[in-house]
Amino acid sequence: MELNIEFSQEIFENKRRQAEDFRPLATEIRRDIIKSLVLAKSGHSGGPLGIADVMAVLYFGAYMKYNPKNPKWEERDRFVLSAGHLCPVLYSVLARAGYFPIDELKTLRKYGSRLQGHPGIDMNLPGLEVSTGSLGQGISIAVGMAMSDKLVDKNNRKVFCLTGDGELQEGSCWEAAMAAANFKLDNLCWIVDNNDCQIDGRVRDVMSIYPLDKKFEAFNFDVINIDAHNYNEIIAALDKFIDNHKNKINKPTAIIAKSFMGKGVSFMEDDYNWHGIPPNPEQALKALEELSNT
Amino acid sequence: MKQTNEFKLLGKKPTRHGFGEGLVVLGERYDNVIVLGGDITGSVMTSFFRDRFPERFFSIGVAEQNATTIAVGFALSGKIAFFSSYSAFAAFRNADQLRVSVCYNEANVKIGGGHSGITVGPDGATHQSLEEIAYLRTLPKMTLIVPCDYSQAKKATIAIGEMHGPAYIRFGRSAVPMFTTEDTEFEIGKADIYREGSDIAIIACGIMVWEALIAAEELNKRKGIKARVINCHTIKPIDIITIIDSAKLCGAIVTAEEHQIHGGLGAAVAEVVVKNYPVPIEFVGVRDSFGSSGEPEELMVKFGLTWKEIYASALRAIQRKEMGETQIRKVTDVDFFNE
Ligand SMILES: Cc1ncc(C[n+]2csc(CCOP(=O)(O)OP(=O)(O)O)c2C)c(N)n1
Repeated sequence: MELNIEFSQEIFENKRRQAEDFRPLATEIRRDIIKSLVLAKSGHSGGPLGIADVMAVLYFGAYMKYNPKNPKWEERDRFVLSAGHLCPVLYSVLARAGYFPIDELKTLRKYGSRLQGHPGIDMNLPGLEVSTGSLGQGISIAVGMAMSDKLVDKNNRKVFCLTGDGELQEGSCWEAAMAAANFKLDNLCWIVDNNDCQIDGRVRDVMSIYPLDKKFEAFNFDVINIDAHNYNEIIAALDKFIDNHKNKINKPTAIIAKSFMGKGVSFMEDDYNWHGIPPNPEQALKALEELSNT
Repeated sequence: MKQTNEFKLLGKKPTRHGFGEGLVVLGERYDNVIVLGGDITGSVMTSFFRDRFPERFFSIGVAEQNATTIAVGFALSGKIAFFSSYSAFAAFRNADQLRVSVCYNEANVKIGGGHSGITVGPDGATHQSLEEIAYLRTLPKMTLIVPCDYSQAKKATIAIGEMHGPAYIRFGRSAVPMFTTEDTEFEIGKADIYREGSDIAIIACGIMVWEALIAAEELNKRKGIKARVINCHTIKPIDIITIIDSAKLCGAIVTAEEHQIHGGLGAAVAEVVVKNYPVPIEFVGVRDSFGSSGEPEELMVKFGLTWKEIYASALRAIQRKEMGETQIRKVTDVDFFNE
C-alpha cells in the first residue's frame, strides 16, 4: 500500500491559551508523529503520542522562553529530552514552533537526516539542545544546566526535562534527583511520562518504581500529580512550577504526568507493544482518520 | 583449525537468534544457569530462555549497572549468570562494574552484547556501539567473542557458558549472511582459516568475515591474488600462533571489523605482529566517527564496511609489502576502484 503523506504547514505560536485551545495543536502533533513514523518504517509510536498533550502545552503555552529565529538565544529556557527515543514528538514540536521546515519531518531516521533515530546534536538541528538516547543521562545534564544557571550565572533561565518512567529504573536518575534537591534547583522542572509501559511490559511488573510521588517527596521535590491528557491539569502544574521558580522555593519541581501510551489512536492506547514500532500504512491511515475526528 | 569446506551463503539470520537459542541449550544442560533481563528481552532474545525457564529468569529493568553487579552476586553463589542488553549499554554503562566486580572477582558472569555495531541501523549513533571491543579486550580475565553468523553465535554462547570466568559475546540486530553450519569447528581462542592463500592475510571478525570471503574471491578473480581468510572470532585471548603464522606466510595483513579502527581487532592483531613478525597491516573499520541513522546495508557502504574496502586495502598492503619498509611513505591512499 502506497501512502501519500503530506504535512500541514501551520506554525504554532507560543502564547497563553485556554485549556481546550491546546487540543487541535496536540492533535496535529500526533498526526505529525504518525506520518513521520510511517515514512521512517521504524521508531517509537507509543511514548510520543502519549506525551503529546504535555508537550503542546509546554512549548505553545508561553511556559518556555525561546526564539526559533535565534535558537541559541542566551536567555532561552532549555528542554532536555532525557527519554531520547521519544524524539518524534520533539521533532514535531520544534518544527511547529518554526525551528526548521515542517516537511523535514519526512526524513526521520533516514541517512543524512537531521532527525536522527535518537537526537544527535552532531546534525545541527535547530532547537535541539543535547544528544540523548542512553536512558537516565539527560536528567543529570538538565541538573547541570540548572546548576550553571542558578549557581554560577545567577540568571533567570529555566530547565525542563522529560524522562520516561521505565527510565527511572536507571539508578543515575536518583543521583540526579538527590543533586537537584541538594542544590535547591527551583529552576528545574522534571516531567515524568508515567504511562506505566516499557518494552517488556508494565513498569510495575518489569521493575516497580512505585510509589513515585512519595519517592520524589522524600527527595525534597515539590511534587505535582496530573492527568497527562487533561489540559487544565497540565496548565495548573506548569503554572505552579513558574510560581515556584519566581518565589524561589529552593526546591525542584517534579510533575508526574499519568499518561496513556499511544493516546489518541484507539488501537495503540495503553498497549506497551507500541513502545518501539511504527504503524504500517494501513494502521497509519486508520490512525490519521481517528486523529481528524478529535 | 583449517577448514577445507567452501563457504556458501545459506540465507540470512540475525546473530542474536543464535545467542537466544544457545541460552536455551545451556538452560537445558545446566540447572545453575540464570539469566537477567534489562527490559529488551525480546530484542536480545533472552525471551527464549525466559519463556522456557521462567523460574530462572529475573527482570531487572532498565538498570545495566545493577544487573551486571547482581549477576556477580549470583555468580559468587554458584550460578552461571548471564545478563544481556544492547552493547551500547552492556559494555559502557556498566564499565566500572565489569572491571571491578566482574573481572577482578573473576566472577562467572557472561554478558550478551546485542544490537552491536553500525548495523543497528535507523536508531542512530547513540545505539551503534563501535568502541566496546577496544574497552573489553583491555580487561584482565575477560574473554571476548565476536561470532561471524547465527550458527557461530549459538556455539559461542554455549561455549562461554561452559567455560569458567567472565565472558562477553558481541552480536547484532539485523539479519546477516549465514554461512557456517553445525559442523563448522569452533573453539574459544582458536582463529579459523576459512580460505587458504599466501599473498595476503585477511583477518576479520563478526559480519566482516563474510565480506572478507567475498573480497578474497574478487581478489582472485580480478587480480589472481590469493588471500588467506581468517575468522578471528575470539578477540581475547587472541590466537597469537595463527596470526604470526599468517604474517610469515603472507607478509601483509588486512584486518576488518564492524568497529572503530582504533583499539579493536586490528589493534589486537597489530600488537601481535609488531612484537613478533612485523609486516604491513591495513585496517578496515569505522574511521574515528560516530554512526548515524540509516538502513544497515546503506550504512555499511557509507562507513566503509564492505568487501570493497577490504579489497582495496589488500592491494595497498601488498603494494607496501612489495615496496619494502623504506618505500612505505610513498604509498598514497589510492582508490583502486577508480583506476
Ligand atoms: C541506558 C539504556 N538502556 C536501555 C535502553 C533501551 N531502551 C530504550 S527505551 C527503553 C524503555 C524505556 O521505558 P520508558 O522510559 O517507560 O519509555 P516508554 O516505554 O514509556 O516510551 C529501553 C529499555 C536505552 N535506550 N538506554
